[in-house]
Amino acid sequence: MSNIPSELKYATSHEWTRNEGDGTVTVGISEHAQGLLGDMVFVDLPDVGDEVNAGDDICVAESVKAASDIYAPVSGEIIEVNEELEDAPELVNSDAFGEGWLFKIKLSDASELENLLDAEGYANSIDED
Amino acid sequence: MTNKTVLHAKHLAAGAKMVDFYGWEMPINYGSQIEEHNAVRTDAGMFDVSHMTIVDVQGSDAKAFLRRLVINDVAKLTVAGKALYTGMLTEDAGVIDDLIIYFFSDTDYRLVVNSATREKDLAWMNKQSSGFDITITERPEFGMIAVQGPQAVAKVAELLTTEQAAAVEGMKPFFGVQIGDLFIATTGYTGENGYEIIVPNDAAEDFWQKLVDVGVVPCGLGARDTLRLEAGMNLYGLDMDETVSPLAANMAWTISWDPEDRDFIGRDVLAAQRAAGDQPKLVGLVMEQKGVLRSHQVVVTEFGNGEITSGTFSPTLGHSIALARVPRSVKVGDTVEVEMRKKLVKVLVTKPSFVRNGKKVF
Repeated sequence: MSNIPSELKYATSHEWTRNEGDGTVTVGISEHAQGLLGDMVFVDLPDVGDEVNAGDDICVAESVKAASDIYAPVSGEIIEVNEELEDAPELVNSDAFGEGWLFKIKLSDASELENLLDAEGYANSIDED
Repeated sequence: MTNKTVLHAKHLAAGAKMVDFYGWEMPINYGSQIEEHNAVRTDAGMFDVSHMTIVDVQGSDAKAFLRRLVINDVAKLTVAGKALYTGMLTEDAGVIDDLIIYFFSDTDYRLVVNSATREKDLAWMNKQSSGFDITITERPEFGMIAVQGPQAVAKVAELLTTEQAAAVEGMKPFFGVQIGDLFIATTGYTGENGYEIIVPNDAAEDFWQKLVDVGVVPCGLGARDTLRLEAGMNLYGLDMDETVSPLAANMAWTISWDPEDRDFIGRDVLAAQRAAGDQPKLVGLVMEQKGVLRSHQVVVTEFGNGEITSGTFSPTLGHSIALARVPRSVKVGDTVEVEMRKKLVKVLVTKPSFVRNGKKVF
């Protein structure tokens, strides 16, 4: 069973979201998702300043095996992207919940966080796959 | 019912991620496909290829049968142990499978065919054998391990008996020799030196472990695919199948047109295709910018559209490469476009070979 930190929120499409408590969230893909994708070779990140809506495909994680769309888990403005991934996309594999984060969003509607799954809910959604 | 190779337990014990590969539960990787790929390019790696089908063709008509069955001419094989790569075709000149044939004598040959096509291959061979005095015998009692990489030969040497070591010493590419309980061949699917070794099932686990112990890295099907694609080697089912002529699959070199009276299956249709000169061809594509070329993407050229048959990220080169079937007028050195995620991206046309012996070759 993969690691699913309890302090994070999840989307069924395998993004994790960490509430930073200042109206912003950090987003990445789960340990489970990186395992499915395999060795990451490119991450095509959104642009800082982009306005995104929850559910938009805004990023592409490309592994040796496949290209996978990453969806915005919440609506808001992209305020930062993980530029380390330009040279080290493998961080998504080695530290999916840490250094492998993808982007940060300034929330436009904090209540959207309630639509996301908790760790237990996400674990169940994986089991159903 | 999923098939398991004789090395299945070894893969699980090594923490392999297993996937279904045409009915066989096989390792896709043991952690990192890219690290496994690099092990083969720089040192030595090994693959469980026990799922591949070994078929012995023996009897007084063995040579005549194979001269009809496949597009290359086994009459060219005169030195015991010599092998050739070729294909067998339908009457309409579509590729039923690609295979390696080892020659032991005019009455004794060994074929290694793909596992995904096992049943249709055996059915086809049995059907075509009518009237020939031969026996066609599958050999499931053997496992097969491919040991590949610049250090592969040296590492295998540590495990051989004096007699075996002497038998393989200086063996040229595309030869195989049965010595003791091992059949050792200088063949492979990676573009590196090394061996494909056929080993009795009851000795396979022990041999695999001994290879691990001398530092050979277990590699999964993921690395096998990126390695073969860098080497520009076809994968049946992607780069060719029964709807594709060998002329359109970079397999013309495996056809023996002489002697003209050799009536191999598919010859008439193939000869007409050659005369017409209108078959598409398989080329390489190189894309140095970000992104990965993938199977089935459309290739736009001034002569019409083509299609990527296999695409991947090349760990050795650090960018994407692909094999693509395009109109014959497209030339090496041309720039064509690939439709990727609704955008057209410019890519370079190359010969369908990218890396050999660890080095870029285009």
